[in-house]
Amino acid sequence: MTEGLSEFHYDVLREVGNIGAGNAATALAQLVGRPIHMEVPDVLWVPLDEVAARLGGPEKPVAGILLGVEGEAPATILFALPLSQAYTLLDIMLGRSPGTTSALDELEQSALQETGNILTGAYLNSLNAFTNLGFRPTVPALAVDMAGAVLDYVLAEFGQVADQVLLIETEFRAEGQEVTGYFFLVPEPPSLNAIFRALGVG
Amino acid sequence: MGEVRRVGMADLAVGKEPVVLVTIGLGSCVGVALYDDQTKVGGLAHIMLPEANGLAVTNPAKFADTALPLLVKKMEELGANPRRLTAKIAGGAQMFRLAQPTEMMRIGERNTEAVLNWLRAAGIRVVAQDTGGSWGRTIELDTSTGELRVKTIAHGEKRL
Repeated sequence: MTEGLSEFHYDVLREVGNIGAGNAATALAQLVGRPIHMEVPDVLWVPLDEVAARLGGPEKPVAGILLGVEGEAPATILFALPLSQAYTLLDIMLGRSPGTTSALDELEQSALQETGNILTGAYLNSLNAFTNLGFRPTVPALAVDMAGAVLDYVLAEFGQVADQVLLIETEFRAEGQEVTGYFFLVPEPPSLNAIFRALGVG
Repeated sequence: MGEVRRVGMADLAVGKEPVVLVTIGLGSCVGVALYDDQTKVGGLAHIMLPEANGLAVTNPAKFADTALPLLVKKMEELGANPRRLTAKIAGGAQMFRLAQPTEMMRIGERNTEAVLNWLRAAGIRVVAQDTGGSWGRTIELDTSTGELRVKTIAHGEKRL
């Protein structure tokens, strides 16, 4: 499956990502009442055993938000970031001064899930606009634990068919604070082909 | 403590006293530690999925039904006697709870079942098990003693 992806496929995925990031930034800025900038510096295939390294190593504490995606091309999405980056993101989302958030209590957990929801919704809307495949996110679930443990469910789902995973890096910037989060898109085996067919690059 | 050998995800390794075999961050994956008490040969596998199901296997360490026979074979090469092996297993958690759980969400449980079934069929006794729950585990097999340390972030540490 991954062997069939050309540079042109990556360009299309980056374009979907950038438009999604633009939509997400607008939605988040409306929510927090301040400008937020988002960018997708890269969309890439990463070997399964290097994914945890991207988050700082398999033992590093991370926050992960998992959503199912329904529609004509079912998939799973995981939005993950190192716990320290999740705290910074929450400072931005909750209008706190930098360095304030230091734990994930109920308020922080629901704010983080809501952020994941908005981001995922924005990416899926972008993908819908390109493909018309009717992607709909399900209610998100949160896990905070070692990176390896948070990731392995998603990697296992992907690992049945491939040894690489599709990774969309996402950068957030607001008032001098910067956060990098990682979206892992895990299409069910036939879904990636359906997506590319709908994008007109199958 | 002897030389530490890291076992990655979908990976396996063997070692003889005083080597310590470590694998980090088991979530739904299952860590299988095999040990021969007399030759002090140990083996550790970090298994992601229950079975290859006829898929072309590029990495046998990924699946329970291909990883475990390979682990036993590599331990025999180091002098272990397969009839003396005992097993300790950890992991197989469910890290996320979605409102509409899918069959895939049960992967931790299915991994644990697949490992236990294979071990039973191979006649390898399971002497300790720390599986399930919703938290990650890091495990260390000390080949000098056969002890398996299970570490977590918020659920303490066990010695099996």
